[in-house]
This record gives sequence, C-alpha cells and structure tokens, in this order.
Amino acid sequence: MSILSSAPANYGQRKIVDYIMRGLTIVATLIAIVPLVLIIGYVTVIGGGAMSIDFFTKTYEPPAMSDGGFSLPSNAVTLPTPDPAVPVDPNATPDPFAGIDLGGATGVTPVDGTQKGEALSAKAQGGVLHAIIGTLLITGAALLFSLPIGILAAVFLAEYPSNTIATVVRFCTDLLSGAPSIIVGVTAYILIVVPFREFSGVAGAIALTFLMVPTITRTTEEVLKLVPESTREAALAMGAPTWYSTFTVVIPAAISGIVTGVMLAFARGAGETAPLILTVLGSNVISFNLLQPIAALPLITYRYTESPFPGENTQAWGSAFILMMLVLVVNIAVRLATRNRLSGR
Amino acid sequence: MTATASAPNGAPAMTINQLKPFYGKRQAVKAVDLVIDPLKITAIIGPSGCGKSTVLRCLNRMHETVLNARAEGEVRLGDENIYDPAIDPTLVRRKIGMVFQQPIALRTRSIFENVAVGLRLGGMNDKKRLAERVEQSLRAAVLWDEVKDKLTDAGSALSGGQQQRLSIARTIAIAPDVILFDEPCSALDPISTLKIEELMVDLRRQYTIIIVTHNMQQAARISDKTAVFMVDRNEDGPQGVLVEYQATRDVFTNPQDSRTEDYISGRVG
Repeated sequence: MSILSSAPANYGQRKIVDYIMRGLTIVATLIAIVPLVLIIGYVTVIGGGAMSIDFFTKTYEPPAMSDGGFSLPSNAVTLPTPDPAVPVDPNATPDPFAGIDLGGATGVTPVDGTQKGEALSAKAQGGVLHAIIGTLLITGAALLFSLPIGILAAVFLAEYPSNTIATVVRFCTDLLSGAPSIIVGVTAYILIVVPFREFSGVAGAIALTFLMVPTITRTTEEVLKLVPESTREAALAMGAPTWYSTFTVVIPAAISGIVTGVMLAFARGAGETAPLILTVLGSNVISFNLLQPIAALPLITYRYTESPFPGENTQAWGSAFILMMLVLVVNIAVRLATRNRLSGR
Repeated sequence: MTATASAPNGAPAMTINQLKPFYGKRQAVKAVDLVIDPLKITAIIGPSGCGKSTVLRCLNRMHETVLNARAEGEVRLGDENIYDPAIDPTLVRRKIGMVFQQPIALRTRSIFENVAVGLRLGGMNDKKRLAERVEQSLRAAVLWDEVKDKLTDAGSALSGGQQQRLSIARTIAIAPDVILFDEPCSALDPISTLKIEELMVDLRRQYTIIIVTHNMQQAARISDKTAVFMVDRNEDGPQGVLVEYQATRDVFTNPQDSRTEDYISGRVG
C-alpha cells in the first residue's frame, strides 16, 4: 500500500518509456536478423535443392538444348550440332553463347524472371567438383600464407607493445581490413598476374592473404591482450624468455579466441569473389595446379547467377549453398580439433 | 661492498646495495640497503603504496618487465650481482623464484604439466626424471596427497589454496636458492592461508624466503626478520622508504622508528 502510494508522479510515464525502449531493441534485433534468415533460408532451399551426387562428382558441362527454359523461335538461329571431338578449352571463360550462331539474333528470347524462377527447379547438369577443389586449394594456400604472418604479427603487437612500429602496423592493419576487396584484387592483378602473364591460383591465394592477415592479426592481438598479465609473470618468474612464455603459455591460453579469428578470416577468404575474378579467372575442369587458372565456388555463383541457362543458375545456387556449408563444416571441425579438455571452461 | 654472509650449508645470502626502483622518471622507493639472511624468512611489511612489492620484484628482475620500469643499484646473490649487464634476467629468475598474489594455474595444462613446465624449459625431457621431480616438488608443496590420483586433470580445476601450492611446487621444481612471495595469501581463505604459512616455515630449511605481506600477524607468526617500509609524501609525489629492519620480535615489541610503532599499533596504514 504505502509502496504504491509513495510512487512518484511520473511513475506511469517511466513505465511506458521502459516498454517502448524495450520494444525498440526487440524490433531492431528482428530487423537485423531478417536479412540473415532470408539469405540462409533462400540459399538453403534453392541451393540445397540442387544437391545431387553428380553435383559433387562431376565438373562443368555446357548447357544442352534439352534443358528447357531457353526458348528459340525455330526460324531464328541455326545451331551447330555440338561436336564431341572438339575438346572444351578448360581455360576459357565460360561463354554460354560459344558455338551458337546468333545470326543477328533478334529472335532470341532469354528467359525472363518468371520463367527463370520455374526453371530453377530444373535438375542441374554436371557438377562443381572442380570449383570445390579450387576453393579448397586457394583458401588453403591463403591460410597457409596468412596464419604464420598474421599470428606472428599479432604476437609482436601484443607482447612487444612499446614501440612506434607497433602503432603504425596496427593503424595499417585497421586500414587494410576495411579496404574494399576489389582494390586488393587489382593490386594482386598488377603485382602478380601482369608480370607473370598468367592468371593463377597462387595469385588468388596471395590476394586472399592480403585480406585475411588483418583479420587474423587484429583478433589474435585482442585475445592475446585478454590473457591476464599474471600468467605471463608466472612464466617469466620461472626464468622463461618472452618467446617461450608466448608460445607455450600465452597462446595456448588464448587458443579458442585465435581460432575464432582464423575462422572469420577463412570464411571471408572463402567467400571473396572480386579478388578472384582478377587473379584466378576460373576454369571448367578439375585442376590441382595453383600456377594456372583454377575454378572457385564464388566465381561460379557470380558468373552463372545471371546466366540464361537454368542449369547454370542451379549451379550458381548450389555453389553458394556448398560454400556456406563448407565454412560451417570447417568451422565445426577446427573447433572440435582445437578443443582442449583442460581449457578451463 | 658488504661482506658475503653464508649459511653453514653454503646457501648464499642476498645483499641489496643502494637499490633504486624507477617507474619512468619517478623513483618509486628511496635507495634500499638490506642484507637478507640465508635460510631464513624475511618479511616486508608496510602500508599500501610504500613500494614493498616493487622492491621485492626488483630482487629477481621482474620489476623491469613492467613498461618503462627499471632499477639502479646492486642486488647480490652470493658473489654475483644480478644487475650485472652480462647476466641474463631469465637465468636470475631460475635462481630466485617468485610466487604471486593470485594463484596461477597455467590454463590448458594439467596439474603435472603445471609443475613440469619449468623443468622442460630447462631441457629436462626424460620422463622418469620429470615424474620424480614433479612428485618431489608436489610433496614439498604438501599437495601430493591431494592430487596424486588426478595429475592429468586441469590445474585450473583446483581450489584457490591448492592452486597456490601448485604455484609453489612449480617454483620449487626448478630448485631456486631464494623464493620470493608477493602477498601469497591475500587471495586465500584462513585455512588455506594457514597451510601456506606452515609450508613456508617448512621450506625455510632449504630455501631463503622473502615475503611481502599486508598481514602483520602473518609477518609476526612466520618471519625471522622484518623490514618495514613507509610512504614519504614529497612535493613530487609519494615515495616509499625503508624505515626499519631488524629481528621480527624486536620490530613488534621494540620498534626503533615511531612510524613503525604507529603502523603496527594500527594508528596509520
């Protein structure tokens, strides 16, 4: 009784404001996750529908006429019968119109939106095995380059903090991590592709390294700083040199955070498209040679989303789905592998 | 130079000559002169901010690991000056170990590895010898009976008091001459505190012990000699100063300095 009666005059108003503010935070959170749910849902439904054994075991196959969705007035163009004796050039940028004489093709009607939508359910032809391999190789190589660089740089920034070089490096890393990836792609193109006169997986891996190192460095530095100073002192008091304390005591204590950073970098690297367009170019066959053009999942998504052939559209969605799953699976696998039963929590 | 005192079994004394710890340009403590008796417990007491921990950390060159911190002067262990430019601080710390206020169980390491880590650093890889030394050290730290069945468990799963004894075992394992204790019981409950105190008295037979403590009863209970530090308020900020150093009994019954008397009788600090 007395508690209620002694409530200040603006009590009701305060309660209403509280409800409104709480409501706003909930609405904002919902708005924030809508795109996420939409993307994941859409890719899963459409891309997941494209999954088949062929998708994982075969490589690119040119669209065939039976595929449907590409309507041609019978009088408009003359199509050459595909000649199986002529091998497809593996290094050529896939050109859906190659070999088709458009002959001033006014009559060609690429499918419009609705037709495409119907055609999306069409079974994909061929698969993206070549792109899965390519993406694993390129991102794997990029990880191989960026892990030692990124982590050692982070150790330098976190464990030897008292110098101007560290400040400069930190600033540059922040800049680089915000740099548009196309700029990184152009840089790699000019520095590697042009001098060697060859698009190559290595050039792509190096471009991705530029993008992944800042992420790894900054996250690793932050988690290294979270390791209590007392842990370092305990190591030093045993007569351990700084490097020993860093690599046997500090880094193990921070390993889960470091793994998170590396996974973020991996996810970013695996999904980057712009730098790859300018460096690895793409390919239609399985290749393990990183010194030559090579296929990659994001490139398939990029090239075939707009394709007039539904089979290729399906490949684009399927690639997006595989890419998403790849990041997920690698993430879980690495976490399980680095999980330490002594980690303390 | 002060003459080097030695215990009967040859344990070296520590001689501190004109030690001046600095943080940047500020001298944190006025020049300190002390002779630490070997195989005894020496307590360092005083109010907060008097620089007692700073002085302690100077004794195994941990002070300089803090950014911009450095020390001038001389600290001798036996005949050697640990501040000699030719001496690597990491080697100093293997002769003069340290136990901190917060018990530190190294994360992601088992109880066994928490003790073995310093031995491995010293190049000991033989499994049998490692196991022997780890057991010895855990026994010396009176922890063996509590952990002998779970040596592969996480060190961080132990209680605070056990972790502190684990830290002590880790320090003992590398066989130092001197062990520095920086408020080793301030984070522990009274029963754990008692165990650590008994342990220190026990360790005195083999090691020279220097302990910084807030707890005057603790200093009175376990130490042989006591050094008292106070804070001087100068115009350029507070500065620690050593005001008294004598047998613990005399410090508490017959203090030479009036500030010590005020402090131990609870009038200041």
